[in-house]
Amino acid sequence: MLSFDLEFRRGEFRLHTTADIGAGATGICGPSGCGKSTLLALIAGLLRVDRGSMIFDGETLVDTATRVFVPAWQRHVALVFQDGQLFPHLSVEDNLLYGYRRRAPQARRFELKQVADLLEIGSLLARRPAQLSGGERQRVALGRALLYSPRLLLLDEPLASLDDRLKQQILPFLKRVKDETAIPMLYVSHTRSEVDYLAGRTLAMEAGRLLG
Amino acid sequence: MLSPDEWQALRLSAKVALCATLLCLPLGTFAGWLLARREFRGKLLLETVVQLPMVLPPVVPGYALLMLLGTRGPVGHWLEQTFGIVLAFTWKGAVIASAVMAFPLLVQPVRVAFRIVDARLEQAATTLGATPWNAFLTVALPLALPGVLAGAILCFSRSLGEFGATMAFVGNIPGETRTLPLAIYSFMHVPDGEGAALRLAALSIALAVIALAASHWMTRRAERRLGYLDHPAPRA
Repeated sequence: MLSFDLEFRRGEFRLHTTADIGAGATGICGPSGCGKSTLLALIAGLLRVDRGSMIFDGETLVDTATRVFVPAWQRHVALVFQDGQLFPHLSVEDNLLYGYRRRAPQARRFELKQVADLLEIGSLLARRPAQLSGGERQRVALGRALLYSPRLLLLDEPLASLDDRLKQQILPFLKRVKDETAIPMLYVSHTRSEVDYLAGRTLAMEAGRLLG
Repeated sequence: MLSPDEWQALRLSAKVALCATLLCLPLGTFAGWLLARREFRGKLLLETVVQLPMVLPPVVPGYALLMLLGTRGPVGHWLEQTFGIVLAFTWKGAVIASAVMAFPLLVQPVRVAFRIVDARLEQAATTLGATPWNAFLTVALPLALPGVLAGAILCFSRSLGEFGATMAFVGNIPGETRTLPLAIYSFMHVPDGEGAALRLAALSIALAVIALAASHWMTRRAERRLGYLDHPAPRA
C-alpha cells in the first residue's frame, strides 16, 4: 500500500529509511528525536526528501529521480498533530468541515453527524477551540481529519499532551475509528503500550531508521 | 466653521490618504507575510528598502520620486507616453508619495502579526486540501487581521500627515496637492492666516486621536472575535 525509500538531512539529523506498510493500523514507536515526526511530515508532503521515492496504492507521490512531488494538498493524507492544531478563529463545526469542504463530493465518505456521533463531539459544534478541554480538542482534530476522507491517516503522538486518564478515554475512540472506517493508519508514539493496543503491526524507529 | 479652502484641503487629504492606504494594503500585507514566513536571498535588502523611507529625511524620497516619476524621469516619461498618466504635481502623485512614506508603518505590525500566528496551522490546512494561497486566505490572514487593521490605520494616519515627500514631488497646489499639512504650512505664511492654521492644526489632532481610537477598537474587536481575549494565554 505505502512503500518508500527516503533520505533526508537537516544539519546533524539524518533520516534514511525504507519500508512497506500495509493496510490497517501500523504503529511506529521510538524515542524522541529519532525522526518519527519528520517521517510523517515527509509522508504528508510538508517536507521534501533530499533523495528517494514514495508510492501509495500504485501512485507515485515522490520520486526525486523523475522529479515527481505531489504537494500536500493533493495527497489526501490527513495528519493529526500532537497538539491538535485546530484553527482558533473557527468554530468546532467549521474546523470539522475545513477539509470536508475541500474534498470532491464524490470522494467524501463521512458526514458531519456520523463523525460527531462516533467521537461524541456533537454537543461541542458551536464552541471555539479555546473553550475545549485537551481531550475534546484531540477528538475534534481526529474528526476534522476523518471528515477529509483521507486515503491514509497519520497520527503524530495524538495523545502525548493528555494525562493518563484522558488517554484511556481517547484510545477507545481511536480504536473505533480504526475498526469502523478501515482507513489505513500510521500511528506514531513513544509509548509502546498505546501502539500495541491499536496497531496490528509495530515498527521500531531509531536514529532516523525504521527497524522491522 | 471651516472656509471653502479649508474644506478643500480636508477633502483632498482624506482622498489621498484613503487611496494611499488602499494601495499599500495588498502590497504591505504580502510583504509582511513574506518577511515573517520566508527565508530568501535578498531578504535583508527588501527589509532595508521597505524601512528606508522611515529613516530618511522625507524630502529625499520625494526628490527620488520626482527624478523617477516626474515627466522627465524615465518611468514618468514612459507612463505619460504609454498611458497618458501624469503623476508629478497631481493628486495621484501625492498618493504615491504618501504611500511610499506610509508603507513601512503598515508592514511592521503586519509582519509581527504573521509571526505570532503558528505556521503549523497553515501546514495543517494544507494537509486538509488547502493550497498555500487558500491556507493564507482562510487561516493566516484572518488570524493576523488585528495586526493588519492596526497597520492600515497607522498607514492612513501617516498619509494624512505626509508633508516633505509630497512637497518635493508634487508641490503645494491648492485643490490638487495641497493637503492638510501643506495647507497649514501655507496659512502660516500668509497674513491673517493664523486662525485657519490653528483650526486645521486642531482638526489634524482630532483626526489623529480618532484614528488611534479606531485602531484600538478594531484591534480589540478582531481579537475578541478570534477568541484571543477569552483565553489570553495561547494553549500549546
